[in-house]
Amino acid sequence: MATKASRSAARVMMAPAVILLLGWMLVPLTMTLWFSFRKYLPLRGGDLGGAGFDNYLRFVSSSAFWPSVITTLLIVGSVLVITVCLGILLAMLLDQPMWGQGVVRILVIAPFFVMPTVSALVWKNIFMDPNNGLFAHLWRFFGADPVSWMSAASMPSIILIVSWQWLPFATLILLTAIQSLDGEQLEAAEMDGAPHLKRFWYIVLPHLSRAITIVILIQTIFLLSIFAEIFVTTGGAFGTKTLTYLIFQRVLESQNVGLGSAGGVYAIILANIVAIFLMRIVGKNLDA
Amino acid sequence: MARSVTPQRKALNTAAAWAIGLLIFFPILWTIITSFKTEAQAISDPPVFLFFDWTLENYGAVMERSNYGRFLWNSIIIAGGSTLLGVIIAVPAAWSMAFVPSNRTKDILLWMLSTKMLPAVGVLYPMYLIFIKFGLLDSRTGLVIVLMLINLPIIVWMLYTYFREIPGEILEAARMDGATLKSEIIYILTPMAIPGIASTMLLNFILAWNEAFWTLNLTAAKAAPLTAFIASYSSPEGLFYAKLSAASTIAIAPILILGWFSQKQLVRGLTFGAVK
Amino acid sequence: MGRITLDKVTKSFGETEVIPPLDLTIEDGEFTVFVGPSGCGKSTLLRLIAGLEDTTSGQIRIDGNDATQLPPAKRGLAMVFQSYALYPHMSVRKNIAFPLKMAKMAQSEIDQRVDNAASVLNLADYIDRKPGQLSGGQRQRVAIGRAIVREPSAFLFDEPLSNLDAALRVGMRMEISELHKKLATTMIYVTHDQVEAMTMADKIVVLRAGHIEQVGSPLELYREPRNLFVAGFIGSPKMNLIGGAEAEKHGCHTIGVRPEHIEISASEGPWSGTVGVSEHLGSDTYFHIHDTGLADTITVRADGEVGFNYGDRVHLSPRKDVIHRFGADGLRIA
Repeated sequence: MATKASRSAARVMMAPAVILLLGWMLVPLTMTLWFSFRKYLPLRGGDLGGAGFDNYLRFVSSSAFWPSVITTLLIVGSVLVITVCLGILLAMLLDQPMWGQGVVRILVIAPFFVMPTVSALVWKNIFMDPNNGLFAHLWRFFGADPVSWMSAASMPSIILIVSWQWLPFATLILLTAIQSLDGEQLEAAEMDGAPHLKRFWYIVLPHLSRAITIVILIQTIFLLSIFAEIFVTTGGAFGTKTLTYLIFQRVLESQNVGLGSAGGVYAIILANIVAIFLMRIVGKNLDA
Repeated sequence: MARSVTPQRKALNTAAAWAIGLLIFFPILWTIITSFKTEAQAISDPPVFLFFDWTLENYGAVMERSNYGRFLWNSIIIAGGSTLLGVIIAVPAAWSMAFVPSNRTKDILLWMLSTKMLPAVGVLYPMYLIFIKFGLLDSRTGLVIVLMLINLPIIVWMLYTYFREIPGEILEAARMDGATLKSEIIYILTPMAIPGIASTMLLNFILAWNEAFWTLNLTAAKAAPLTAFIASYSSPEGLFYAKLSAASTIAIAPILILGWFSQKQLVRGLTFGAVK
Repeated sequence: MGRITLDKVTKSFGETEVIPPLDLTIEDGEFTVFVGPSGCGKSTLLRLIAGLEDTTSGQIRIDGNDATQLPPAKRGLAMVFQSYALYPHMSVRKNIAFPLKMAKMAQSEIDQRVDNAASVLNLADYIDRKPGQLSGGQRQRVAIGRAIVREPSAFLFDEPLSNLDAALRVGMRMEISELHKKLATTMIYVTHDQVEAMTMADKIVVLRAGHIEQVGSPLELYREPRNLFVAGFIGSPKMNLIGGAEAEKHGCHTIGVRPEHIEISASEGPWSGTVGVSEHLGSDTYFHIHDTGLADTITVRADGEVGFNYGDRVHLSPRKDVIHRFGADGLRIA
């Protein structure tokens, strides 16, 4: 609802943001696409001509590709399961009446604000170091041999660290969603004779379904591109090389830009598949 | 009406919630405590919890060794600068989308969001080249621009959801009352939108502060912020737990404090208004 | 002065035409009510007059001058919004003063006018409060205060009472009518509530789907509804509409009889039926009569003391002189 004058003003006001994002999206993306079809080795002669789909095929057929896909899926999947399940339980607990609710909330949310390099380093050294880490002390106290977490149990370690970082996010969003549940609905269900578990299953969970979907989608997008956590802990060793990390190595460490760019295109496609679902939900919410 | 629960039930809830809360918070707490120990105490077995000689020497060492101030300053400039720049660009855009929606507004918003989904690693090398070409590598300006761009969709979205809560009738009333676009923005919109803008800036500052892909990959020494400073501790040199803890504590402390203020906004900002 | 003329005004949103060509004149000092069901275009029409929407074609004249292209502020009109649209961060005083400040009036003049408006509207005690601290009725008065300080040539009201509770609504209705008598300024008032229209208006404009169905004084509309739509819309309870053989007896397609024009009796009358639900209002009782063979339900308004029970057989006699006759096209037959 508006007049013509305000419409044209609106277009002018929107322009800077739109143009900047358009440039941000198109320029690097076009370059990546271009490189992905070139044999491009900056340290060994630079652009050595067109490569057709060579890079795409080589990226997929390299021995590191499938393990990295599996690693990525394993990390994303495990973290999602852990954070969503624990998040629901924790959110329901925090929704109960208690003393010091505000403080507990703050304690639970805190890990989200810790920068990824800090949490990775602190976990790696202070907790998971096989000699001096707190876990090592704990294991010895119970007479067990300390575990070399980062090498012997590298995947569970990374999953633990990342879950610790993202559990607050899931909890916070699910808590917000739970708090918006109409108490009368639950009382109605109670009047209808539904016991606790049934009330959870038929009322609470469906109410949370949208929030859960959103948590899953947003976390997926962020988790697909986790970087710092692996960069400072294992450096991609011990079977923790994700797709993101593999591409990073191809581009910056082995300086094979063509190959890395082809990988980048794969990553972009993967992220977009997830993104489409997220957009649908967010878009629907816009109409409401 | 919420029903009252028995004190026993409430005590049980309290105990469980506090236990879990402390467990989750423990790594941070332990880091903070360790930062006040000597290096020897930091690795002692059994670990010392509270009864040791608290010392500030690690903080002194960290400051000395690494010129901590410069990293901190870089972090502040990069996070603050990108936030400020982002808000300046986003406010007009969000304003027009919220108050003069056209049938393409929704598409534009969703498209903006989709740029946020672009995996950074996919465009790492092009950004590298662009940065070299424009002499932005290892410069704060470069990072301010990149972080502004990656967070711009979130800023536009958050502001949009806040602006949309300002009833359109109020702006129409102002128009009827003779306010020009300028006075409408100065007298009506801005005062009403300030809380929303403030929380948007807060959340965005946090996100920019913690960003750890571009800040690690596009800086070396000059413009490196705290994320990179901490990452430099990943190759250990002798006893360093207490110093690592001290460095970590100063890197996360400001953001922990800011973060606690922004819990509510966090949900809205990170779910693009889909959960409030 | 405030004579507003709409000349072949149309409004389309994209492909959909919300207001087909429409002509209307609102005389200076008149209290005009736009009434109609939701989505009939009454609010759009008001916003066109206000200048909050562009007209697609046609001309709007205010006191003879073409105002079609003028921005809202230049039209000399003031508007009271459905949500009141008070500025939440400003005190009552600042809210009321805002239009004057925008007009760059001298501060002393502003103060004087605001104080004056506040005393007229009984707002003096709340003048330094923020809108959030006021009740619905007080907010309403602040919104009106903000409108009257400008001394506009006409007031526009967009469903101003719909957010108030029933008791307050009656009170505010009186206050607005009172204000109109005092100021003698043109007022255009939009509502979906025909009671508000009947009680307040000098002139009612009944709208449906952007079309003007009828224009007239409340009593004209009540006595001589031009078509079936107006007949059903004006008056409460609604007019009984009867078709079929009974209508043919009167030489038309449909007849309309208002509930207050039907006598109910236990023994005599040309129509008969059984009593369904009866609504006792104290002063009046509404009977809903079934099984008359005329229509699903015939509503009858009787004196509050008349007592019939659910299921009673009753007889009905319509007053012959006030039977409305409508043709197959829905138009009134004189």
